Amino acid sequence: MSSIAFFGAVESGLLFGLVAFGVFIAFRVLDFPDLTVDGSFPLGAAVAATLIVTGWNPWLATAMAMVAGCMAGAVTAWLNVRLQILNLLASILTMIALYSINLRIMGKPNVALLGDETVFTPFENWDIPFYLINPIILSGFVLVVYLLFVRFMTSELGLAMRATGVNAKMARANGVHTGRLTILGVAVANGMVGLAGALFAQSQGTADVTMGVGTIVIGLAAVIGGEAILSTRTIARWIFACLIGAILYRLAIAVALNADWIGLKAQDLNLITAVLVTLAIVMPRMKLLKRKGGQA
Amino acid sequence: MIQVEQLAVTFGAGTPLENRALRGLNLTIPEGQFVTVIGSNGAGKSTFLNALAGEVLADQGKILIDDQDVTRWPTNKRAGLVARVFQDPLAGTCEALTIEENMALALKRGLGRGLSRSIRHEYQEIFKERLARLGLGLEKRLGDRMGLLSGGQRQAVSLLMATLQPMKILLLDEHTAALDPKTAAFVLELTKNIIEEQNLTALMVTHSMRQALDVGDRTLMLHEGNIAFDVEGAEREGLDVPDLLALFSKTKGEELSDDSLLLG
Repeated sequence: MSSIAFFGAVESGLLFGLVAFGVFIAFRVLDFPDLTVDGSFPLGAAVAATLIVTGWNPWLATAMAMVAGCMAGAVTAWLNVRLQILNLLASILTMIALYSINLRIMGKPNVALLGDETVFTPFENWDIPFYLINPIILSGFVLVVYLLFVRFMTSELGLAMRATGVNAKMARANGVHTGRLTILGVAVANGMVGLAGALFAQSQGTADVTMGVGTIVIGLAAVIGGEAILSTRTIARWIFACLIGAILYRLAIAVALNADWIGLKAQDLNLITAVLVTLAIVMPRMKLLKRKGGQA
Repeated sequence: MIQVEQLAVTFGAGTPLENRALRGLNLTIPEGQFVTVIGSNGAGKSTFLNALAGEVLADQGKILIDDQDVTRWPTNKRAGLVARVFQDPLAGTCEALTIEENMALALKRGLGRGLSRSIRHEYQEIFKERLARLGLGLEKRLGDRMGLLSGGQRQAVSLLMATLQPMKILLLDEHTAALDPKTAAFVLELTKNIIEEQNLTALMVTHSMRQALDVGDRTLMLHEGNIAFDVEGAEREGLDVPDLLALFSKTKGEELSDDSLLLG
């Protein structure tokens, strides 16, 4: 594999690391299967790209994309907490609604960022190989988000959020407003996904209404993969595992697509992801079955 | 002081499965009193406890805690006034979190939660000191996940957690029922000591008539969503299990076997 392909995979791994953080909050912390992600990823991209094209400062545009993601997540959680719609269904409703909203925001199916100033622009003339620039800048973004995220999860509020996910009754008995924390958590999760979408649009130079398809599955693959490889003993390590999972996943995909003898093409990506996630979920159980069978 | 007035809770009202769990119950618990509650299956013990905690909201009647009407308050809002230990050792703690994280969560019961660190050195000192009194060596295992502890250990920690912050009433929901006899005795002894030391107002539901008479200052028996009898002081001294059964048949005009209570 060429350096360009390798660092391209790292770059997208870092971006999906942010998605994995969001998926981690929803699926692992809150036990809230949230598919909003498939809509909030292109939402972040659409908001950032549209604002940048209309002349906004790219940093402000990126911040607004995060806010938009938070709002999308808050809507999903609100549908669940206040209107008592099943969490999975609530997230599907928001996801579908976002498809229309994203088209409205962009006014067309895609927006190109050709020659517009992005958060990457100031670093374009850096005296290093061009394929290293984006991964380095994204590493900075991801590091900041990682540190803030871990700090939040170990705060009093973060601890209350974790308790909400694992034992809501006990959390309530200790004075935790579980509904409010669910809304906050899903909002923060989608805010990070919105950020990922915004950075994705800027690094790829385009936002597209269909770019969100399968985001949730990639995020889930990252979380499950990371957990399988690294320690999840502390919350900081667990979240770090999700990030590494995302990078390794993108690298594995790049390797698979690069090896001509396998015969895989880019369009097979979602199928491969779905199969990998299924295997990752089922494999630990298979091991258990085998052991049980051996004893019998 | 806890005042319960005409408290009524009905589940599935207007359906064939309608269950009038509480039927106009009245009770006043003065500050510092330790009340034990017995009653057979379906008598309304759990519903009463849940109504006090806020998990079940009353259909009629009032609940006042220190003259403050909390009838419509949800559980999390009442948490500053009501502390609770659940029957199931798994229910009162988070097994995925560490001992210190569980205790840090309980340390903020009824207080605001912000962005400051949940685990701090000064908190850990408090946790260690409290855990040390259990004599189980848990003070050296602050970072262990709660799931690694036995049911009895978890119940003991739950009790410590519930009493980290002041409360107006401590609710104990058959908190020794799921434990083996030796561990149950240990947890009960700990309960007695803590309640005495901190002079807590407490309400303990138990399945054992013996236990109901042995601990506390006052014993209530619930039957069909109301109080069948209520004994305290000299009248309660010297009562034995058969006396309780006799008291029940006298007030209700029904026979009740000890078994139906033990099983309930």
